[in-house]
Amino acid sequence: MSTNGLANDTWPLWEVFTQGAHGEPFEHAGSVHAADAELALQNARDVYARRGEAVNLWVVPSSAITASSPSDAGPFFDPGNDKAYRHPQFYVAPRGVRIF
Amino acid sequence: MEQKPAVPVEDPALVAAFEARIAAGESIEPKDWMPERYRKQLTRMMSQHAHSEVVGMLPEGNWITRAPSLRRKLSLIAKVQDEGGHGLYIYCGTETLGVDRHELVEQLLDGRAKYSSIFNYPTLSWADMGVIGWLVDGAAIVNQTVLAKASYGPYARAMIRICKEENFHKRQGYEICAVLARGTPAQREMVQDAVNRFWWPALAMFGPSDTNSPNSGELLKWRVKRKTNDELRQRFVNLTVPQAIALGITLPDPDLRYDEATGNWMFGEIDWAEFFEVIAGNGPCNRERLEARNKAHDDGAWVRAAANAYAEKQNAKSTAAA
Repeated sequence: MSTNGLANDTWPLWEVFTQGAHGEPFEHAGSVHAADAELALQNARDVYARRGEAVNLWVVPSSAITASSPSDAGPFFDPGNDKAYRHPQFYVAPRGVRIF
Repeated sequence: MEQKPAVPVEDPALVAAFEARIAAGESIEPKDWMPERYRKQLTRMMSQHAHSEVVGMLPEGNWITRAPSLRRKLSLIAKVQDEGGHGLYIYCGTETLGVDRHELVEQLLDGRAKYSSIFNYPTLSWADMGVIGWLVDGAAIVNQTVLAKASYGPYARAMIRICKEENFHKRQGYEICAVLARGTPAQREMVQDAVNRFWWPALAMFGPSDTNSPNSGELLKWRVKRKTNDELRQRFVNLTVPQAIALGITLPDPDLRYDEATGNWMFGEIDWAEFFEVIAGNGPCNRERLEARNKAHDDGAWVRAAANAYAEKQNAKSTAAA
Protein backbone atom coordinates (compact mmCIF):
# COMPACT_ATOMS: atom_id res chain seq x y z
CA MET A 1 0.00 0.00 0.00
CA SER A 2 1.32 3.46 -0.85
CA THR A 3 1.98 6.04 1.84
CA ASN A 4 -0.47 8.16 -0.06
CA GLY A 5 -3.14 5.51 0.46
CA LEU A 6 -2.51 5.59 4.20
CA ALA A 7 -2.88 9.35 4.41
CA ASN A 8 -6.04 9.23 2.35
CA ASP A 9 -7.63 6.67 4.61
CA THR A 10 -7.51 9.02 7.53
CA TRP A 11 -9.89 11.57 6.07
CA PRO A 12 -11.84 13.54 8.64
CA LEU A 13 -15.15 12.23 9.92
CA TRP A 14 -18.42 14.00 9.07
CA GLU A 15 -21.74 13.45 10.81
CA VAL A 16 -24.65 13.03 8.41
CA PHE A 17 -28.17 14.37 8.99
CA THR A 18 -31.05 13.54 6.67
CA GLN A 19 -34.40 15.18 6.16
CA GLY A 20 -36.85 12.45 5.20
CA ALA A 21 -39.48 14.72 3.65
CA HIS A 22 -39.97 18.43 3.21
CA GLY A 23 -41.09 20.01 6.45
CA GLU A 24 -39.67 17.25 8.65
CA PRO A 25 -36.81 17.79 11.08
CA PHE A 26 -33.29 16.65 10.21
CA GLU A 27 -32.25 13.43 11.88
CA HIS A 28 -28.81 11.98 12.54
CA ALA A 29 -28.19 9.10 10.11
CA GLY A 30 -24.55 8.19 10.71
CA SER A 31 -21.16 9.34 9.56
CA VAL A 32 -18.83 9.27 6.55
CA HIS A 33 -15.16 9.97 5.95
CA ALA A 34 -14.26 12.49 3.24
CA ALA A 35 -11.48 14.84 2.20
CA ASP A 36 -13.80 17.86 1.98
CA ALA A 37 -17.38 18.96 2.54
CA GLU A 38 -18.41 18.51 -1.08
CA LEU A 39 -17.25 14.89 -1.16
CA ALA A 40 -18.71 14.30 2.29
CA LEU A 41 -22.07 15.33 0.85
CA GLN A 42 -21.70 12.97 -2.12
CA ASN A 43 -20.55 10.09 0.09
CA ALA A 44 -23.47 10.76 2.45
CA ARG A 45 -25.87 10.58 -0.50
CA ASP A 46 -24.39 7.26 -1.65
CA VAL A 47 -24.37 5.73 1.82
CA TYR A 48 -27.54 7.12 3.45
CA ALA A 49 -29.88 8.00 0.58
CA ARG A 50 -29.82 5.22 -2.00
CA ARG A 51 -33.59 4.72 -1.85
CA GLY A 52 -35.04 8.18 -1.60
CA GLU A 53 -34.61 8.30 2.19
CA ALA A 54 -33.75 12.00 2.08
CA VAL A 55 -34.82 15.21 0.36
CA ASN A 56 -32.01 17.17 2.06
CA LEU A 57 -28.70 16.32 3.65
CA TRP A 58 -26.42 18.07 6.11
CA VAL A 59 -22.83 17.08 6.73
CA VAL A 60 -21.03 18.51 9.76
CA PRO A 61 -17.40 17.90 10.76
CA SER A 62 -17.68 15.55 13.75
CA SER A 63 -15.08 17.66 15.55
CA ALA A 64 -17.45 20.63 15.40
CA ILE A 65 -20.13 18.95 17.51
CA THR A 66 -20.32 19.67 21.22
CA ALA A 67 -22.48 17.17 23.08
CA SER A 68 -23.85 16.98 26.59
CA SER A 69 -22.14 14.46 28.81
CA PRO A 70 -24.15 11.40 29.96
CA SER A 71 -22.45 11.40 33.38
CA ASP A 72 -23.75 14.91 34.05
CA ALA A 73 -27.14 14.26 32.49
CA GLY A 74 -28.91 14.37 35.87
CA PRO A 75 -27.83 17.84 37.05
CA PHE A 76 -27.60 19.16 33.50
CA PHE A 77 -31.24 18.48 32.62
CA ASP A 78 -32.49 19.00 36.16
CA PRO A 79 -33.70 22.57 35.60
CA GLY A 80 -36.30 21.20 33.20
CA ASN A 81 -37.45 18.29 35.34
CA ASP A 82 -39.07 19.93 38.35
CA LYS A 83 -41.20 22.56 36.66
CA ALA A 84 -44.58 20.98 36.31
CA TYR A 85 -46.05 24.45 35.73
CA ARG A 86 -44.53 24.38 32.23
CA HIS A 87 -47.05 21.72 31.20
CA PRO A 88 -50.70 22.37 30.41
CA GLN A 89 -51.79 19.52 32.74
CA PHE A 90 -50.64 21.64 35.71
CA TYR A 91 -53.60 23.99 35.29
CA VAL A 92 -57.12 23.30 36.37
CA ALA A 93 -59.83 24.25 33.93
CA PRO A 94 -63.43 24.73 35.06
CA ARG A 95 -65.49 21.60 34.42
CA GLY A 96 -67.31 21.53 31.08
CA VAL A 97 -65.27 24.25 29.36
CA ARG A 98 -63.45 23.41 26.15
CA ILE A 99 -60.07 25.14 26.36
CA PHE A 100 -58.72 23.87 23.02
CA MET B 1 -8.57 13.61 32.69
CA GLU B 2 -6.08 11.47 34.66
CA GLN B 3 -4.16 8.71 32.93
CA LYS B 4 -6.02 5.44 33.39
CA PRO B 5 -4.18 2.34 34.59
CA ALA B 6 -3.35 -0.18 31.82
CA VAL B 7 -5.72 -2.81 33.19
CA PRO B 8 -8.78 -0.88 34.28
CA VAL B 9 -10.19 -1.90 37.60
CA GLU B 10 -13.86 -1.21 37.20
CA ASP B 11 -15.93 0.41 39.87
CA PRO B 12 -18.50 -2.23 40.94
CA ALA B 13 -21.09 0.53 41.38
CA LEU B 14 -20.63 1.60 37.77
CA VAL B 15 -20.85 -2.00 36.56
CA ALA B 16 -24.01 -2.55 38.60
CA ALA B 17 -25.58 0.64 37.25
CA PHE B 18 -24.65 -0.41 33.71
CA GLU B 19 -26.15 -3.86 34.13
CA ALA B 20 -29.30 -2.38 35.64
CA ARG B 21 -29.68 -0.20 32.54
CA ILE B 22 -29.26 -3.27 30.32
CA ALA B 23 -31.83 -5.17 32.41
CA ALA B 24 -34.26 -2.25 32.08
CA GLY B 25 -33.93 -2.49 28.29
CA GLU B 26 -32.19 0.85 27.95
CA SER B 27 -30.02 1.56 24.97
CA ILE B 28 -26.32 2.23 25.60
CA GLU B 29 -24.93 5.20 23.70
CA PRO B 30 -21.31 5.97 22.72
CA LYS B 31 -20.50 8.41 25.51
CA ASP B 32 -22.13 6.31 28.25
CA TRP B 33 -19.92 4.45 30.67
CA MET B 34 -19.50 0.79 29.70
CA PRO B 35 -17.33 -2.08 30.95
CA GLU B 36 -14.15 -2.54 28.91
CA ARG B 37 -15.24 -6.09 28.04
CA TYR B 38 -18.49 -4.78 26.58
CA ARG B 39 -16.56 -2.33 24.43
CA LYS B 40 -14.11 -5.08 23.39
CA GLN B 41 -16.78 -7.64 22.55
CA LEU B 42 -18.78 -5.08 20.56
CA THR B 43 -15.71 -3.92 18.67
CA ARG B 44 -14.84 -7.51 17.82
CA MET B 45 -18.36 -8.43 16.75
CA MET B 46 -19.15 -5.22 14.85
CA SER B 47 -15.85 -5.08 13.00
CA GLN B 48 -16.21 -8.73 11.93
CA HIS B 49 -19.71 -7.94 10.78
CA ALA B 50 -18.54 -4.89 8.80
CA HIS B 51 -15.71 -6.87 7.19
CA SER B 52 -18.21 -9.57 6.21
CA GLU B 53 -20.34 -7.04 4.38
CA VAL B 54 -17.33 -5.72 2.49
CA VAL B 55 -15.90 -9.15 1.59
CA GLY B 56 -19.45 -10.22 0.75
CA MET B 57 -19.30 -7.93 -2.27
CA LEU B 58 -16.67 -10.16 -3.90
CA PRO B 59 -18.45 -13.49 -4.58
CA GLU B 60 -21.37 -11.63 -6.18
CA GLY B 61 -19.27 -8.97 -7.89
CA ASN B 62 -17.80 -11.95 -9.71
CA TRP B 63 -21.06 -12.37 -11.66
CA ILE B 64 -21.97 -8.77 -12.54
CA THR B 65 -20.41 -8.91 -16.00
CA ARG B 66 -22.09 -12.25 -16.70
CA ALA B 67 -25.61 -11.56 -15.43
CA PRO B 68 -28.07 -13.13 -17.90
CA SER B 69 -30.15 -9.99 -18.51
CA LEU B 70 -30.02 -6.24 -17.97
CA ARG B 71 -32.68 -6.57 -15.25
CA ARG B 72 -30.58 -9.10 -13.35
CA LYS B 73 -27.46 -7.00 -13.82
CA LEU B 74 -29.13 -3.87 -12.43
CA SER B 75 -30.33 -5.78 -9.37
CA LEU B 76 -26.97 -7.37 -8.76
CA ILE B 77 -25.08 -4.08 -9.01
CA ALA B 78 -27.56 -2.48 -6.61
CA LYS B 79 -27.22 -5.39 -4.19
CA VAL B 80 -23.42 -5.34 -4.25
CA GLN B 81 -23.49 -1.57 -3.70
CA ASP B 82 -25.81 -2.12 -0.73
CA GLU B 83 -23.33 -4.57 0.80
CA GLY B 84 -20.63 -1.91 0.57
CA GLY B 85 -23.02 0.54 2.20
CA HIS B 86 -23.79 -1.96 4.98
CA GLY B 87 -20.08 -2.26 5.66
CA LEU B 88 -19.90 1.51 6.00
CA TYR B 89 -22.92 1.71 8.36
CA ILE B 90 -21.28 -0.79 10.68
CA TYR B 91 -17.76 0.67 10.44
CA CYS B 92 -19.37 3.99 11.37
CA GLY B 93 -21.00 2.29 14.38
CA THR B 94 -17.69 0.73 15.36
CA GLU B 95 -15.98 4.12 15.25
CA THR B 96 -18.35 5.36 17.96
CA LEU B 97 -16.53 2.89 20.26
CA GLY B 98 -13.29 4.77 19.72
CA VAL B 99 -11.81 2.59 16.96
CA ASP B 100 -10.51 4.23 13.81
CA ARG B 101 -11.95 2.78 10.61
CA HIS B 102 -8.53 3.04 9.03
CA GLU B 103 -7.22 0.60 11.62
CA LEU B 104 -10.01 -1.89 10.89
CA VAL B 105 -9.48 -1.66 7.13
CA GLU B 106 -5.77 -2.33 7.69
CA GLN B 107 -6.62 -5.45 9.71
CA LEU B 108 -8.85 -6.69 6.91
CA LEU B 109 -6.30 -6.02 4.19
CA ASP B 110 -3.39 -7.68 5.96
CA GLY B 111 -5.43 -10.76 6.87
CA ARG B 112 -5.64 -10.32 10.64
CA ALA B 113 -9.39 -9.69 10.68
CA LYS B 114 -12.06 -12.37 10.66
CA TYR B 115 -15.17 -12.25 8.53
CA SER B 116 -18.07 -14.58 7.83
CA SER B 117 -16.82 -17.98 6.61
CA ILE B 118 -19.55 -18.16 3.94
CA PHE B 119 -17.74 -15.69 1.68
CA ASN B 120 -14.76 -17.98 1.34
CA TYR B 121 -16.76 -20.35 -0.84
CA PRO B 122 -16.61 -19.89 -4.62
CA THR B 123 -19.54 -18.75 -6.79
CA LEU B 124 -19.41 -21.25 -9.62
CA SER B 125 -22.67 -20.66 -11.51
CA TRP B 126 -25.33 -18.01 -12.03
CA ALA B 127 -27.63 -20.01 -9.74
CA ASP B 128 -25.24 -19.16 -6.90
CA MET B 129 -26.44 -15.54 -7.16
CA GLY B 130 -29.97 -16.74 -6.50
CA VAL B 131 -29.00 -19.08 -3.70
CA ILE B 132 -26.79 -16.50 -1.98
CA GLY B 133 -29.65 -13.99 -1.97
CA TRP B 134 -32.11 -16.61 -0.75
CA LEU B 135 -30.01 -18.50 1.82
CA VAL B 136 -27.12 -16.24 2.77
CA ASP B 137 -29.11 -13.01 2.92
CA GLY B 138 -31.98 -15.00 4.39
CA ALA B 139 -29.73 -16.18 7.22
CA ALA B 140 -28.36 -12.66 7.64
CA ILE B 141 -31.92 -11.30 8.01
CA VAL B 142 -32.74 -13.80 10.78
CA ASN B 143 -29.56 -12.80 12.58
CA GLN B 144 -29.85 -9.07 12.02
CA THR B 145 -33.54 -8.76 12.88
CA VAL B 146 -32.57 -9.77 16.41
CA LEU B 147 -29.45 -7.59 16.41
CA ALA B 148 -31.70 -4.63 15.60
CA LYS B 149 -32.69 -4.87 19.29
CA ALA B 150 -29.08 -5.03 20.50
CA SER B 151 -28.29 -3.01 23.61
CA TYR B 152 -25.74 -0.80 21.85
CA GLY B 153 -27.66 2.02 20.14
CA PRO B 154 -25.40 2.67 17.12
CA TYR B 155 -25.26 -1.07 16.29
CA ALA B 156 -29.02 -1.50 16.63
CA ARG B 157 -29.69 1.52 14.42
CA ALA B 158 -27.30 0.26 11.72
CA MET B 159 -29.13 -3.09 11.82
CA ILE B 160 -32.54 -1.48 11.35
CA ARG B 161 -31.25 0.31 8.27
CA ILE B 162 -29.66 -2.90 6.95
CA CYS B 163 -32.70 -5.12 7.54
CA LYS B 164 -34.85 -2.88 5.35
CA GLU B 165 -32.41 -3.36 2.48
CA GLU B 166 -31.76 -7.08 3.00
CA ASN B 167 -35.38 -7.86 2.20
CA PHE B 168 -34.75 -6.74 -1.38
CA HIS B 169 -31.66 -8.95 -1.45
CA LYS B 170 -33.52 -12.01 -0.32
CA ARG B 171 -36.47 -11.55 -2.67
CA GLN B 172 -34.29 -10.96 -5.72
CA GLY B 173 -32.36 -14.13 -4.82
CA TYR B 174 -35.48 -16.22 -4.33
CA GLU B 175 -36.88 -14.92 -7.61
CA ILE B 176 -33.73 -16.09 -9.43
CA CYS B 177 -34.08 -19.51 -7.79
CA ALA B 178 -37.78 -19.74 -8.61
CA VAL B 179 -37.22 -18.89 -12.29
CA LEU B 180 -34.42 -21.45 -12.60
CA ALA B 181 -36.41 -24.09 -10.71
CA ARG B 182 -39.25 -23.69 -13.25
CA GLY B 183 -36.81 -23.70 -16.17
CA THR B 184 -35.09 -26.38 -18.25
CA PRO B 185 -33.73 -29.54 -16.62
CA ALA B 186 -30.23 -28.03 -16.86
CA GLN B 187 -31.42 -24.90 -15.03
CA ARG B 188 -33.11 -26.97 -12.32
CA GLU B 189 -29.95 -28.95 -11.91
CA MET B 190 -27.91 -25.74 -11.66
CA VAL B 191 -30.03 -24.37 -8.81
CA GLN B 192 -30.06 -27.74 -7.02
CA ASP B 193 -26.26 -27.88 -7.28
CA ALA B 194 -25.95 -24.37 -5.84
CA VAL B 195 -28.22 -25.30 -2.92
CA ASN B 196 -26.17 -28.45 -2.33
CA ARG B 197 -23.03 -26.35 -2.00
CA PHE B 198 -24.44 -23.45 0.04
CA TRP B 199 -26.90 -25.08 2.44
CA TRP B 200 -24.41 -26.24 5.07
CA PRO B 201 -22.19 -23.14 4.91
CA ALA B 202 -25.38 -21.05 5.32
CA LEU B 203 -26.28 -22.98 8.49
CA ALA B 204 -22.73 -22.45 9.77
CA MET B 205 -23.20 -18.68 9.37
CA PHE B 206 -24.96 -18.58 12.75
CA GLY B 207 -21.69 -19.49 14.40
CA PRO B 208 -20.61 -22.37 16.62
CA SER B 209 -23.16 -24.41 18.52
CA ASP B 210 -24.23 -22.99 21.90
CA THR B 211 -22.18 -25.66 23.64
CA ASN B 212 -19.02 -24.38 21.94
CA SER B 213 -19.46 -20.62 21.55
CA PRO B 214 -16.92 -18.79 23.74
CA ASN B 215 -18.31 -15.28 23.24
CA SER B 216 -22.04 -15.98 23.44
CA GLY B 217 -22.31 -15.87 27.23
CA GLU B 218 -21.15 -12.30 27.62
CA LEU B 219 -22.96 -11.11 24.52
CA LEU B 220 -26.24 -12.59 25.77
CA LYS B 221 -25.74 -11.28 29.29
CA TRP B 222 -25.29 -7.76 27.95
CA ARG B 223 -28.08 -8.19 25.41
CA VAL B 224 -25.93 -7.56 22.37
CA LYS B 225 -27.28 -10.90 21.27
CA ARG B 226 -30.81 -11.71 22.35
CA LYS B 227 -31.03 -15.25 20.98
CA THR B 228 -28.41 -17.99 20.91
CA ASN B 229 -26.72 -19.20 17.74
CA ASP B 230 -28.68 -22.46 17.83
CA GLU B 231 -32.03 -20.70 18.37
CA LEU B 232 -31.41 -18.46 15.37
CA ARG B 233 -30.22 -21.38 13.24
CA GLN B 234 -33.39 -23.32 14.07
CA ARG B 235 -35.52 -20.31 13.20
CA PHE B 236 -33.76 -20.04 9.84
CA VAL B 237 -34.25 -23.73 9.05
CA ASN B 238 -37.94 -23.53 9.97
CA LEU B 239 -38.43 -20.54 7.68
CA THR B 240 -36.41 -21.97 4.80
CA VAL B 241 -37.61 -25.58 4.48
CA PRO B 242 -41.10 -24.58 3.22
CA GLN B 243 -39.46 -22.19 0.74
CA ALA B 244 -37.33 -25.07 -0.60
CA ILE B 245 -40.39 -27.31 -0.84
CA ALA B 246 -42.20 -24.60 -2.81
CA LEU B 247 -39.32 -24.57 -5.31
CA GLY B 248 -39.20 -28.37 -5.53
CA ILE B 249 -35.58 -28.22 -4.36
CA THR B 250 -34.09 -30.88 -2.09
CA LEU B 251 -32.03 -29.69 0.86
CA PRO B 252 -28.89 -31.84 1.12
CA ASP B 253 -29.57 -33.31 4.55
CA PRO B 254 -30.83 -36.91 4.90
CA ASP B 255 -31.65 -36.23 8.56
CA LEU B 256 -34.00 -33.33 7.85
CA ARG B 257 -37.46 -34.11 9.27
CA TYR B 258 -40.40 -32.30 10.77
CA ASP B 259 -40.86 -32.77 14.48
CA GLU B 260 -44.55 -32.64 15.39
CA ALA B 261 -43.89 -32.16 19.09
CA THR B 262 -41.79 -29.01 18.80
CA GLY B 263 -42.93 -27.74 15.40
CA ASN B 264 -39.27 -27.60 14.37
CA TRP B 265 -37.52 -28.96 11.31
CA MET B 266 -34.78 -31.13 12.80
CA PHE B 267 -31.53 -31.17 10.89
CA GLY B 268 -28.28 -33.14 10.85
CA GLU B 269 -24.91 -32.32 12.38
CA ILE B 270 -22.92 -29.44 10.88
CA ASP B 271 -19.35 -30.23 9.84
CA TRP B 272 -17.68 -28.05 12.47
CA ALA B 273 -14.20 -29.18 11.48
CA GLU B 274 -14.76 -27.60 8.08
CA PHE B 275 -16.21 -24.45 9.68
CA PHE B 276 -13.16 -23.92 11.89
CA GLU B 277 -10.81 -24.64 8.98
CA VAL B 278 -12.46 -21.91 6.89
CA ILE B 279 -12.41 -19.48 9.85
CA ALA B 280 -8.72 -20.26 10.30
CA GLY B 281 -8.06 -19.09 6.76
CA ASN B 282 -8.03 -22.44 4.96
CA GLY B 283 -11.29 -22.16 3.05
CA PRO B 284 -11.42 -22.55 -0.73
CA CYS B 285 -11.25 -18.79 -1.42
CA ASN B 286 -9.69 -17.08 1.62
CA ARG B 287 -6.55 -16.08 -0.24
CA GLU B 288 -8.40 -15.04 -3.40
CA ARG B 289 -10.78 -12.82 -1.43
CA LEU B 290 -7.98 -11.00 0.35
CA GLU B 291 -6.07 -10.56 -2.89
CA ALA B 292 -9.13 -9.11 -4.61
CA ARG B 293 -9.81 -6.79 -1.67
CA ASN B 294 -6.21 -5.56 -1.63
CA LYS B 295 -6.24 -5.05 -5.37
CA ALA B 296 -9.45 -3.03 -5.20
CA HIS B 297 -7.97 -0.93 -2.40
CA ASP B 298 -4.74 -0.30 -4.29
CA ASP B 299 -6.53 0.39 -7.57
CA GLY B 300 -8.57 3.04 -5.78
CA ALA B 301 -5.49 4.82 -4.45
CA TRP B 302 -5.42 7.36 -7.28
CA VAL B 303 -9.04 8.33 -6.64
CA ARG B 304 -8.28 8.97 -2.97
CA ALA B 305 -5.14 10.87 -3.91
CA ALA B 306 -7.10 13.03 -6.36
CA ALA B 307 -9.76 13.79 -3.73
CA ASN B 308 -7.02 14.77 -1.31
CA ALA B 309 -5.21 16.98 -3.80
CA TYR B 310 -8.46 18.74 -4.67
CA ALA B 311 -9.34 19.31 -1.01
CA GLU B 312 -5.87 20.69 -0.33
CA LYS B 313 -6.11 23.03 -3.32
CA GLN B 314 -9.52 24.31 -2.21
CA ASN B 315 -8.16 24.78 1.30
CA ALA B 316 -5.18 26.76 0.03
CA LYS B 317 -7.51 28.93 -2.06
CA SER B 318 -9.81 29.75 0.84
CA THR B 319 -6.81 30.45 3.10
CA ALA B 320 -5.37 32.80 0.47
CA ALA B 321 -8.72 34.55 0.08
CA ALA B 322 -9.07 35.09 3.83
